Amino acid sequence: MTMLPPPSAKKLGLVIDLDTCVGCHACAVACKEWNAGGIAGPLTDENPYGAEPAGVWFNRVHSYTLDALDEQPEMTLHFPRSCLHCETPACVSVCPTGASYKRVEDGIVLVDEDKCIGCKLCSWACPYGAREYSEVEGVMKKCTLCVDRIYNEHIPEESRQPACVQACPTRARHFGDLGDENSAVSKLVAERSGVALMPELGYAPVNRYLPPRARRAAPPPAATVAEDKLDTQQLPSLLRWLDRSLSR
Amino acid sequence: MTVEPALDLQKPVGDEVKQTTCYMCACRCGINVHLKNGAIRYIEGNPNHPVNRGVLCAKGSAGIMQHYSPARLNKPLLRVGERGRNEFKEIEWDEALALAAQWLSETRAKNPDRLAFFTGRDQSQALTGWWAQQYGTINYAAHGGFCSVNMAAGGLYTLGGSFWEFGEPDWEHSKYLMLWGVAEDHDSNPIKLGLGKLKARGAKIVAVNPVRSGYGAIADEWIGIRPGTDGLFAFALIHELLKADRIDLDYLVRYTNAHWLVIRNPGGADDGLFARDAEGRGLCWNRHPHPNPLPPAGEGAEPTTAPAGVDGAEPFTSPTGGRGRAEGAGEGGLAPASATGVSPAVVGEYALPDGRKVVPVFHLVAERYFDPQYAPDAVAERCGIPAETIRRIARELADVAFEQVIELPIAWTDTHGRRHESMRGRPVAMHAMRGISAHSNGFHTCRALHLLQLLLGAVDTPGSFRYQPPFPRPIPPFNRPGKTRGADGKLDSPPLGFIHGPEDLLVDAQGQPRRLDHAYSWKYPLAVHGMLHTVIRNAWAGDPQPVDVLFLFMANMSWNSAMNTTETIRWLTDKDEQGAYRIPKIIYSDAYSSEMVAYADLVLPDTTYLERFDAISLLDRPISDADGASDAIRHPVLHAADQSEGRDVRGFQSVLLDLGARLKLPALVNEDGTAKFRDYADYIVRHERAPGVGLLAGWRGEHGEHEGKGAPNPQQLQRYIEHGGFWHIAIPESARYYKMANRDYLEWSAKLGFIAKPDAVVLQLYSETLQKFRLAAQGHGPVQPPDGERERVATYFDPLPIWYEPFEGTQVAVDAFPLSAISQRPPFMYHAWGSQNAWLRQITARNYLYLHPDTAKRHGVADFDWVHVDSHHGRITVQAKTAGNVQPDTVWTWNAIGKRKGAWKLARNAPESQQGFLLNHLISDITPRGDYANADPVTGQAAWFDLRVRISKAEAAEVCAPQFESLTASDPSNAPLRYGAKFRAAP
Amino acid sequence: MHPAFSVIFFTTMSGAGYGLWFWLGIGGMLGSPLPRLPALVVLALGFIFTSLGLLSSTLHLGQPLRAWRAFSQWRTSWLSREGVASMVCLLPALGFAVVIWRGQDARLFGVMLWAFSLATVACTAMIYVSLKPIPAWRHALVLPGYLLFALLGGGLAYAAARAWAGMAIDNDVGVVAMAGCFGLWRMKRRYWQDIDHGALPATRASALGLPANRTVRVFEHPHTEANYLTKEMGFVLARKHSRKLRLIAVVMFAGVPGLCASLVWLLPHLNAAPWLVIAAVSALLGAFVERWLFFAEAKHVVTLYY
Ligand SMILES: Nc1nc2c(c(=O)[nH]1)N[C@H]1C(S)=C(S)[C@@H](COP(=O)(O)OP(=O)(O)OC[C@H]3O[C@@H](n4cnc5c(=O)[nH]c(N)nc54)[C@H](O)[C@@H]3O)O[C@H]1N2
Ligand SMILES: Nc1nc2c(c(=O)[nH]1)N[C@H]1C(S)=C(S)[C@@H](COP(=O)(O)OP(=O)(O)OC[C@H]3O[C@@H](n4cnc5c(=O)[nH]c(N)nc54)[C@H](O)[C@@H]3O)O[C@H]1N2
Ligand code: SF4
Ligand code: SF4
Ligand code: SF4
Ligand code: SF4
Ligand code: SF4
Ligand SMILES: [Mo]
Repeated sequence: MTMLPPPSAKKLGLVIDLDTCVGCHACAVACKEWNAGGIAGPLTDENPYGAEPAGVWFNRVHSYTLDALDEQPEMTLHFPRSCLHCETPACVSVCPTGASYKRVEDGIVLVDEDKCIGCKLCSWACPYGAREYSEVEGVMKKCTLCVDRIYNEHIPEESRQPACVQACPTRARHFGDLGDENSAVSKLVAERSGVALMPELGYAPVNRYLPPRARRAAPPPAATVAEDKLDTQQLPSLLRWLDRSLSR
Repeated sequence: MTVEPALDLQKPVGDEVKQTTCYMCACRCGINVHLKNGAIRYIEGNPNHPVNRGVLCAKGSAGIMQHYSPARLNKPLLRVGERGRNEFKEIEWDEALALAAQWLSETRAKNPDRLAFFTGRDQSQALTGWWAQQYGTINYAAHGGFCSVNMAAGGLYTLGGSFWEFGEPDWEHSKYLMLWGVAEDHDSNPIKLGLGKLKARGAKIVAVNPVRSGYGAIADEWIGIRPGTDGLFAFALIHELLKADRIDLDYLVRYTNAHWLVIRNPGGADDGLFARDAEGRGLCWNRHPHPNPLPPAGEGAEPTTAPAGVDGAEPFTSPTGGRGRAEGAGEGGLAPASATGVSPAVVGEYALPDGRKVVPVFHLVAERYFDPQYAPDAVAERCGIPAETIRRIARELADVAFEQVIELPIAWTDTHGRRHESMRGRPVAMHAMRGISAHSNGFHTCRALHLLQLLLGAVDTPGSFRYQPPFPRPIPPFNRPGKTRGADGKLDSPPLGFIHGPEDLLVDAQGQPRRLDHAYSWKYPLAVHGMLHTVIRNAWAGDPQPVDVLFLFMANMSWNSAMNTTETIRWLTDKDEQGAYRIPKIIYSDAYSSEMVAYADLVLPDTTYLERFDAISLLDRPISDADGASDAIRHPVLHAADQSEGRDVRGFQSVLLDLGARLKLPALVNEDGTAKFRDYADYIVRHERAPGVGLLAGWRGEHGEHEGKGAPNPQQLQRYIEHGGFWHIAIPESARYYKMANRDYLEWSAKLGFIAKPDAVVLQLYSETLQKFRLAAQGHGPVQPPDGERERVATYFDPLPIWYEPFEGTQVAVDAFPLSAISQRPPFMYHAWGSQNAWLRQITARNYLYLHPDTAKRHGVADFDWVHVDSHHGRITVQAKTAGNVQPDTVWTWNAIGKRKGAWKLARNAPESQQGFLLNHLISDITPRGDYANADPVTGQAAWFDLRVRISKAEAAEVCAPQFESLTASDPSNAPLRYGAKFRAAP
Repeated sequence: MHPAFSVIFFTTMSGAGYGLWFWLGIGGMLGSPLPRLPALVVLALGFIFTSLGLLSSTLHLGQPLRAWRAFSQWRTSWLSREGVASMVCLLPALGFAVVIWRGQDARLFGVMLWAFSLATVACTAMIYVSLKPIPAWRHALVLPGYLLFALLGGGLAYAAARAWAGMAIDNDVGVVAMAGCFGLWRMKRRYWQDIDHGALPATRASALGLPANRTVRVFEHPHTEANYLTKEMGFVLARKHSRKLRLIAVVMFAGVPGLCASLVWLLPHLNAAPWLVIAAVSALLGAFVERWLFFAEAKHVVTLYY
């Protein structure tokens, strides 16, 4: 099953707005929480209360600084990273057991933990670091795109979204069908020039990131401000307000 | 090809959902707790909840690990070893309560003030303050004094509302938001939701903050200000706006005291007070004839204009016989400042009938901030902001406020009965938090920001800062602190209240502090939240009086909420010559094995937030938003006793009521001496603060038919539970802006019981309250400060905002301590609690001192090097890391990551105690000079961020310094945590 | 990449084992197989080497009992192909044993044995070569390197076995071995030079979806302590250690065996056996160090995020 299915029309994925992400880790923890008890659980934690605590996380939030460039000032950038549900993912094709697979129906890339032998090869094959191996469980784990939420009829329709999307306090995360150019997410990507990560590697990620918008450190067009009011060079006297007729 | 495995995608999330309120921080979001076989399967945001609208932060999602934390306390504990050794025996509740009641009743019999009852988190203040009043101690407060009282007091004494979580930017309409010193705030999720909205709309966000992380990262512009200089920056903006005449004078005369006349009588007892008429109404100077009066009151409005054309105005005459005359001004006369139909003068000097000279408030404002010392060029260097940037920001503010006015087609009626067809707004919003307030100049800086907002006409208009009900309230709020006890031992009012003048202070005949924390004394007159940060030193020193029992709730006072931790630990354990502890008894309620538990004699284990009833009350710290009022409850979604073998904990509020009944406190027992309230749930429902007013405003009245006010409803909690755990009432559309002068709003507010009368709230550019203190310091009035305090009071009780160098900066040599050191809240940790959380601690199990690369280079420091950080008070040795997103003269770290070894049931080699550190070891609780608390001279707010340090490279090390003795001799199990495995296995 | 002992042990041992079989097969094909006993011993030795390798590689698995599943995805997965090849290779090995035992013609099985052995080693190499995120493994010399290591190590051992069996060792063997050592050294040298200068196939800016000219620095890691990714892919080897280890590796896989081979070449009357054993063992140890470096020096694209 590690043969990739023919490209599906439906390409479910995430759109993450780097212009709005404040790096709060809410998505990461909500993901951990949902998936711990979901189809890919547990997301085992080793040394939970000791030195070197380390657990399985499907979503990790990085923080960077960007140097100034041309008109753009220095910036701080927060960057959540999870599986991109690639269209041609080597993580699937390298898998010797068929445990890794891409769903025919919607393109979600999953691990069938019952088949996984824990060879870790898929994690080597993923350039995005989206696969997390659990030593304790002996199997590979990864973002499920919350497949057990998004189709779950026990969940109210408006909440049938990945846990990370549901939780994100700035609503910087969006979920939808990127295969449908009329979907809200596709429109958002088009409008904000969403990008794929490292497309040069040929994995054809489905998820898109909306890059941070240009920062406006520069003065606004002065035209909107009446020039005479801006002459602050001379210190005017208080008297100019003496004849101001104000009404209460 | 094999087939895809069959996935069960239709598995119910859990077997039941309970809706309650999150408590992983003070934001109080609504949560849906999904339970499966009695265990927590999933906690999600409640989409209908007005606070979080379905979103949930990292802490909220990690509530599972908080609830199941191994560090939970399970049983009352009685100290067996020496205090601080963390050696206890488990006892039964009966014994614990009997013992506590005995200590408390002996103390009460001696002198109720010998009980110091201080609570950390103040979400039960409505209960704890009331309880302290019944007990009769003046020595009560919550943690606000070290948290953000500058913000609260600055706001309440200026706007009758405040930033903090009492107000919010108009997220829907604002076009320009300035965030001053905000990292997480108490309004965490609402702010994040709001920022998301502003971003989506493309509004400009400006972050004024020495560090560019979190919200600063997404801000369109980052102003890397030097700590403690925001007041100067604000003044420079004001200076520019004044010079450019970009001031909303109409707004000022309608809603503020800009036109009120201030008496200019240097040396006189009335100097700086408002000129008032016989009825005590403030006066203004009415220029007349009125060139273009406002339209008369709208249809149906009550005629408020007096026949003379001036509401209630007496035709005053000036001493020269005719109408008053100002230099260069036209004819005019005195009128009540609150009159309508007047055209008040905002500048000029005028004379009262008795000859005294008066000037309008705005005149004083303009005079002061026109001064070249506040010109951008004059402040740029100190603030670390280029003058050109300051000028540009001023231009941008003016541009948005005056050229991008928004008008909502919503008619409203002001308190004079005049109807306005639309709501005009100046879409400039501001929000500020502890970056402003945690400095010794924070009160005035906070007022400076409000002044800036007011000059722009940007308070509670569309697009600007908005009040959240029950605010605005009268300025200052009416309730004054309790001072005297009645025959039943009860205090005349709750111990915390608002000071209106020197006569309200809690000082003795010599003018010395009466309270243990010195709040409401001449040293810190407006310490309206008390001063938790001085309590332990003063209890140890018996200053002003010894206490017998120190009763603490939810405050980790031997660690991350203490300044001067090392000494604090010593004071807690110090003994007198007889070998008795100087602080005789310490009772402490915590839910977890915090550092403070080790210092208690008796530990009362609280439940977790999922096991108890709580009221998130409008009488306390409300969770309303600008469009509606809300309150909420917590209710037990899990039963403590079922959570683990032998777990026997009780909600602190119920315990407090139980203790009160055992002590037979006045309002806690029936006539026959039996307990009046079964437990806290019963109290929430049946207690009435005033007739018809209780902790919860929803479903009042016998059948739940009333809102706001109404008789107790026995089914009230049930109604809350059925409605998702919260109550929300929308403000009528016509009442959503201009709340300080909006008739519909004020009537709505009064109807719900938030304010006593629907009177307009006049916003205070100029604070007469402050001037009263200054006059007292200058030798006027019956209550005056001791001589030693006169100069200080006279200096810091300036009725207009001032800026001064934070105390630590002036009292240590700047060259010796050239850097500022500050901390920030990590968004995924709540103070100390997060580190016991198996998920959250993985995000940050250790902290680093962040330095600007240039600063690091100057000191020869590279990433991960160890550095000594020295303040005038102490030294820590920690690991450093460089990052360019900080103002170069500032170093910073995440707050409260450092843990004491052996606390929180973490392994003794956990990074939190080995490499994680606190700045608190460097922060002195008193000023370098040693004369006052390290605090704001007006409010007593702890000045955490005044800290100045120097750094030097240290030898490589494994463990940071200082280290303290381990609180335990054992480590927790190292077994992997497989949370959720059983849910997957379950059908 | 984290140099996992089990994987390194696996590739070196199985390389040597298949190398042995390769030469055994060549010998069979050329009609000059080893005599019965030595042939069976060498066959068994190869079997032990490859099995130890395979066994150790299953130790690396999280679920060794499910290892059988790894044979199923040979259509896409080189790991699966390697598993299949290694099993398939047992057939000619068995056949070879039978014909040798019976003293029959070993040519057919000889051809099959060397071909399948080579194919298995090639599959092993391809597991690594196929991984785009690890450019050091995509290098054109990785496949030849794996093959040559197998041939050299296996060849030296095979020659030693021949000598042990008392068969004449032509001093051409010395020349071939020296050439092999020299070639391998040049190959590795070239490889190391290239990977030292080679860049990752993407930049941090591209990893974050930013314009190429944006300079990005790490402010904070997602978690302060190490995680699977940083431990598995974020292994960093100090440059000075890598220099030292490269030297050790070259001395062991090329220097010492080359020296031994020169003795065999120059001194025809010398008992070649012990020298060839020394050469073989040294080559094996050298291969081990080289394989450790192969992992430790390979940078994974995901490190761009850290
Ligand atoms: N350097 C530095 N120090 C600071 C600050 C800073 O910015 N920098 N900030 C200051 C400020 S603003 C604050 S508010 C303080 C906060 O300081 P604290 O309020 O002392 O800190 P918390 O970690 O919230 O600890 C409160 C205690 O409440 C306990 N607790 C948690 N849940 C429950 C419960 O349900 N019931 C009971 N009974 N107890 C519970 C915790 O276990 C903990 O021991 O820190 C102050 N200290
Ligand atoms: N996640 C999380 N949320 C919390 C808490 C928590 O512990 N964790 N604690 C709650 C509590 S008790 C409180 S009091 C609030 C506090 O909420 P905040 O005030 O938002 O929190 P702080 O981290 O104290 O943030 C102070 C900010 O001011 C900046 N700063 C420091 N000095 C200056 C200065 O002089 N000028 C300016 N302009 N900025 C300055 C700091 O860099 C920092 O960003 O947060 C509450 N919310
Ligand atoms: S991101 Fe990685 S794990 Fe996810 S589909 Fe792409 S290659 Fe596979
Ligand atoms: S670790 Fe599991 S999923 Fe990944 S390649 Fe190996 S068998 Fe497949
Ligand atoms: S989609 Fe689901 S599994 Fe994937 S990162 Fe988001 S929450 Fe985690
Ligand atoms: S929850 Fe949203 S804002 Fe927070 S880190 Fe994740 S994407 Fe960013
Ligand atoms: S902000 Fe987070 S921790 Fe605080 S109440 Fe809301 S969800 Fe809970
Ligand atoms: Mo606070």
